[in-house]
Amino acid sequence: MDNLNNLIEGFGHILTPINLLYAFVGVTVGTAVGVLPGIGPAMTLALLLPITFGLDPTQAMILFCGVFYGGMYGGSTTSILLNTPGESSSVVTALEGNKMAKAGRAAQALATAAIGSFVAGTIATLLLAFVMPQVVAFAIKLGSPDYLAIIMLAFVGAAAVLGSSRIRGFASLLIGLAIGIVGIDRVTGQQRMTFDLPQLADGIDIVVVAVGLFAVGEALWVAAHLRRKAGSVIPVGKPWMGREDWRRSWKPWLRGTALGFPFGAIPAGGAEVPTFLSYVTERKLTKHPEEFGKGAIEGVAGPEAANNASAAGTLVPLLAIGLPTNATAAIMLSALQGWGLDPGPLLIEKQPVLVWTLVASLFVGNTMLLLLNLPLAPAWAKLLQIPRPYLYAGILFFAAMGAWTVNGQAFDLYLLLAIGLLGFAIRRFGFPVLPLIIGVILAPIAELHLRRSLQLSHGDLSGLVGGPVSWVCYAVIAVAILWPLIARLIRTAGGNGGPGSGPGQHTTISTEASA
Amino acid sequence: MSDQTPGVTPDRDPDPSPDRTGAAGQATTSGDRAQYGMCAALAVLGIVLIVDATRLAPMQTSNDPMGPRPVPIVLGILMLVVAVLYAIDIRRGGVGASDEGEDVDLTARADWKTVGLLLVVFGVSAALIEPLGWVIAGSLLFWGCSFALGNRHHIRGLLIGIAISLITFYAFAIGLGVNLPAGILQGIL
Repeated sequence: MDNLNNLIEGFGHILTPINLLYAFVGVTVGTAVGVLPGIGPAMTLALLLPITFGLDPTQAMILFCGVFYGGMYGGSTTSILLNTPGESSSVVTALEGNKMAKAGRAAQALATAAIGSFVAGTIATLLLAFVMPQVVAFAIKLGSPDYLAIIMLAFVGAAAVLGSSRIRGFASLLIGLAIGIVGIDRVTGQQRMTFDLPQLADGIDIVVVAVGLFAVGEALWVAAHLRRKAGSVIPVGKPWMGREDWRRSWKPWLRGTALGFPFGAIPAGGAEVPTFLSYVTERKLTKHPEEFGKGAIEGVAGPEAANNASAAGTLVPLLAIGLPTNATAAIMLSALQGWGLDPGPLLIEKQPVLVWTLVASLFVGNTMLLLLNLPLAPAWAKLLQIPRPYLYAGILFFAAMGAWTVNGQAFDLYLLLAIGLLGFAIRRFGFPVLPLIIGVILAPIAELHLRRSLQLSHGDLSGLVGGPVSWVCYAVIAVAILWPLIARLIRTAGGNGGPGSGPGQHTTISTEASA
Repeated sequence: MSDQTPGVTPDRDPDPSPDRTGAAGQATTSGDRAQYGMCAALAVLGIVLIVDATRLAPMQTSNDPMGPRPVPIVLGILMLVVAVLYAIDIRRGGVGASDEGEDVDLTARADWKTVGLLLVVFGVSAALIEPLGWVIAGSLLFWGCSFALGNRHHIRGLLIGIAISLITFYAFAIGLGVNLPAGILQGIL
């Protein structure tokens, strides 16, 4: 039981006052930004990045994961009490949760969301502790061609599988990759896409990209469409659940966890698909089908559990192979790179204290979140009354500060504004943001593995297909790309050959990873 | 998501405000033509990638048989392909669903005056950080942005701006050693 020993050791490290403080600050900030409209965990992490480069990596990662988990809790409060969900992962929660709140059952909706998140988060973190070392043991044998294939799979997954339009997904990915290659080529020292600007020679700093996309882009987008009349927040007392609510909630929690964890862990996972699947499952299995659409507690319990379980699932590929599967994880990855740690299978070997303290901090943070959210939900809901001009002015203020601290030059702020306009454009035209940020962060790593693979094969392209892993990845990629064609063939073969219903409209839920 | 104001169509906004340009309104019956602009931008970016890559010296060594050129060239070609497919999709009436959010009201036309004002305030503040220092530029940034977003309590906005500028300056610049300039207030702060 090596993992268990490591985990217990991790608990030993997390239970120091200073680490507990970082966890507490993280979950508090996370809940606040989850509740606040317009701000999400990804934006918060982007804004915190420049400040945390001065911190100890372990403590900063504890802070980050606290924000990540806290954002999941806070997001559900908003979607239950104010019908419009901010986090893309809590879209489904709003379906039944807001109906419950309107029917006077806000307290129960909040309770099943918070307790379900706690149950799911705890089980999923336990799964993380046992699954991650297995993945590491597998990943450590992989070579550059395999890594390249896995990264390509993550690219195609983010661009083609999620979202409603594959073309827009791929466009978004390519923009990200183009931003990612700006700067001096590490191998030959030549400048690419720098237009002879010395400020671009080191590439565009990830802080500027992330803050521009998530903070400035979001603020400009909201500014263009600011709701002049704020949505009405449903008043709520202290969350509680009756015996009947418990009886109806516990199975959806467990089913949601089972759906959320694996989906969080795969490339192109994230929380949108499992929350949606959980909702559909609960609607099918419920003994109260008449309540669905009018506020069924199962429709809140399942998706909320799936949501939190997927957060833990996301950390498996991030910590084990250095592969981010959502925007928040992508920023955590760039933070790890910023500290000079090499995210990948060697991380757990070189930084065991960081990894296991982090895992232990998730248990602690989850417990803190339950205590913060259950009794204090009415207080958090008050955050929704903050005047919007101050909220978005504040976001722009911290965005400017974050970008300035990178290099201390006004150039970065103009660049920030340009990327903010790009963020505005992708929101306006319905491009998903996830492929873009993953493209920016993984472009240099992908090119590194590509060149290393070709170096090993002396320039022979066959060197790109290493072992079974890369074969499987490329097969999945081929199916994903050719899916509209395959679907059409199946349909015509089935005999009911109507005209193909346009390219790639196979998901019904929007997956724009909101900042 | 799906249950939001189904009855209100964007073009029936009863109160047309003077600053509407219509360029970024909702999808109209004739399709969302502004998408062609985005499509053109993608094509331009593709061409820039290719042109920039051809300018590079084709350094290939046994250590690096690929050199720095193929990746941007492939990206540029893919970008052009995607731009063409995107144009076809737009022609067929494809529309990307605009992002929603708690504070986003997509039934109203885009408010370009607010966005423009924010860009100006942000740009001016960015230029002032170096000469005037973080506290003054940051206060102006906060006050200006909240004004652009509709805040009319000028004194309160300015006071909050000064407060968070001072707090961030002391907490991050003095406390954590983050790089924020004192500017003309050097020696006073």
